[in-house]
Amino acid sequence: MSTPIKAFIPDPPSPPPAAAIGVVHWLRENLFSNWFNSLLTIASLLLLAKAVPPLVSWALVNAVLTGGPELCDGTSGACWSFIGAKARVMLIGTYPAELEWRPLAAGVLFAGVVAATVSGRCKKRVLTAAWPLLFVAALWLIGGGAGLEPVDQSMWGGLMLSLGLAAVGILLSVPFGILLALGRQSKMTGISSLCVGFIELIRGVPLITILFMASVMMPLFLPINLQINNLLRVQVGIILFSSAYIAEVVRGGLQAIPRGQIDAAKALGLSSWMVTLFVVLPQALRHVLPSLIGRCIALFKDTSLVIIVGLLDFLGMAKAASQDQVWLGHEVEGYVFCAVVYWVICFGMSRYGRSLEKRGPKHNN
Amino acid sequence: MDTQKAVIEVKGLNKWYGEFHVLKNIDLEVRRGERIVICGPSGSGKSTLIRCMNRLERHQEGAIFVDGTELTGNLKGIEKIRREVGMVFQNFNLFPHMTVLENLTLAPIWVRKMPRREAESTAMHYLDRVRISEQALKYPGQLSGGQQQRVAIARALCMSPDILLFDEPTSALDPEMIKEVLDVMVELAEERMTMVCVTHEMGFARTVADRIIFMDSGQIVEQNSPEEFFSNPQYDRTKLFLSQILQH
Repeated sequence: MSTPIKAFIPDPPSPPPAAAIGVVHWLRENLFSNWFNSLLTIASLLLLAKAVPPLVSWALVNAVLTGGPELCDGTSGACWSFIGAKARVMLIGTYPAELEWRPLAAGVLFAGVVAATVSGRCKKRVLTAAWPLLFVAALWLIGGGAGLEPVDQSMWGGLMLSLGLAAVGILLSVPFGILLALGRQSKMTGISSLCVGFIELIRGVPLITILFMASVMMPLFLPINLQINNLLRVQVGIILFSSAYIAEVVRGGLQAIPRGQIDAAKALGLSSWMVTLFVVLPQALRHVLPSLIGRCIALFKDTSLVIIVGLLDFLGMAKAASQDQVWLGHEVEGYVFCAVVYWVICFGMSRYGRSLEKRGPKHNN
Repeated sequence: MDTQKAVIEVKGLNKWYGEFHVLKNIDLEVRRGERIVICGPSGSGKSTLIRCMNRLERHQEGAIFVDGTELTGNLKGIEKIRREVGMVFQNFNLFPHMTVLENLTLAPIWVRKMPRREAESTAMHYLDRVRISEQALKYPGQLSGGQQQRVAIARALCMSPDILLFDEPTSALDPEMIKEVLDVMVELAEERMTMVCVTHEMGFARTVADRIIFMDSGQIVEQNSPEEFFSNPQYDRTKLFLSQILQH
């Protein structure tokens, strides 16, 4: 006698137990979960109570927002009118005032291309064309020539210079870094040792040294009639420096690709450059995106070092502006302004990096 | 179709990993339309052997001919052979950053220079055959193991290969998914696709194989038709292996 077969019906899913809610519970969970955390919380609160009121009264309550330098005399607050008076020089340096529409136009173009890139709605093909075009257009607008009055490079400065050095630096050092990383992995010993040598040489030297070499020493070795523009030399120095670091970041990603991916691609008959381009690189770059964005942020901040070779970038201009006889003693406001602008741009890059990480396929396996 | 001609010919093959002798004097012929199952304990060299057949591994001694061409260090020659030899791996090895459809069309478009439209319709045809066409726009990570392996088979088929190599295609699958993959493999076998399968699925071997090859310690111990192999093994090692895997 066999028992009749029974149908198995799974239990319906039930909701998870209701989490304890409420402000008190949140506080206990996050700020006072044990005696050590409670101590830290109290110490932090005391510190904030000490620091925040003076900061607010300096930056907001007692601050002078408009007017000439005489209004700032004797005030205990920040003199924000200094920023207003010096904004032009901090943004575009000593660029001729009657031509300032040109860097402005370049800035608008730049903002447009950045917005198009960040929105993620533009096709890759359009963007790959847009960025180089942007650089040509910006260089023409700022530098002049071909129908526009030339403006000497010594007059370029301020945030314009920082952004230019950083944007060109990022856009060239990322591909160059990828090539170096691939070269380092190459089976041809000549190529790989050349790449290793370059990477290790550059990584063993501080950026300041490279900038000095590019700016001060290189002209000594070059013949008199072959003088390369100082800005260009500094830009090349930044690209070389950054690409060595990017190469090492990318190498980490290349090594993380499972052997089976390459096997599968080869087994389909793909040639080695196709394997690299379609299978290895897209995955490797995705793996290292956080550190790659980190390198780009670092590069942007590193551009402030060009001050040591006499180029006045954003930070340099802020310092120079505070030495104006009329506005003496407002360095702090200038630096705070710089810090805020740097932070906004870097935070923006960081957020963009996060959004890139979230795009594309989820890896469940 | 000339069924007498060998499409894969392995002669006196020897391979070492450093000091370790993985393949010892392998001689093997696979004729067109033949379905071969290679089995044996782990570490016996069976995976290495089929990986040598499309030169994912290189051998040090002996020769391998595929479609009459010897596998040598000549890269262009190897790429040409690989187009005609499909391979399915234990871990599927789908490209996780591409959709299922992109996985299938990559090689036809770039290696066979097929127009995208045509490559996509071919891909859909094979996805249909492995009964998974509704997943075409998903990413591999969103599929179950069995589904991924069927996609991997379809990917190999899209290159219309002469020969299909299977390297333990069901070993990484949950028990309930093995059948859906084996069903597809049986269908291919019934169409007389030339197949070389490394597998422990003895049911599959019994029903579709023309010949079973048993390997141990880097050597071919014996090879025989399924009936003879299961009922009348010639070596004690084979007997032991069969008793180990068929007991439960």
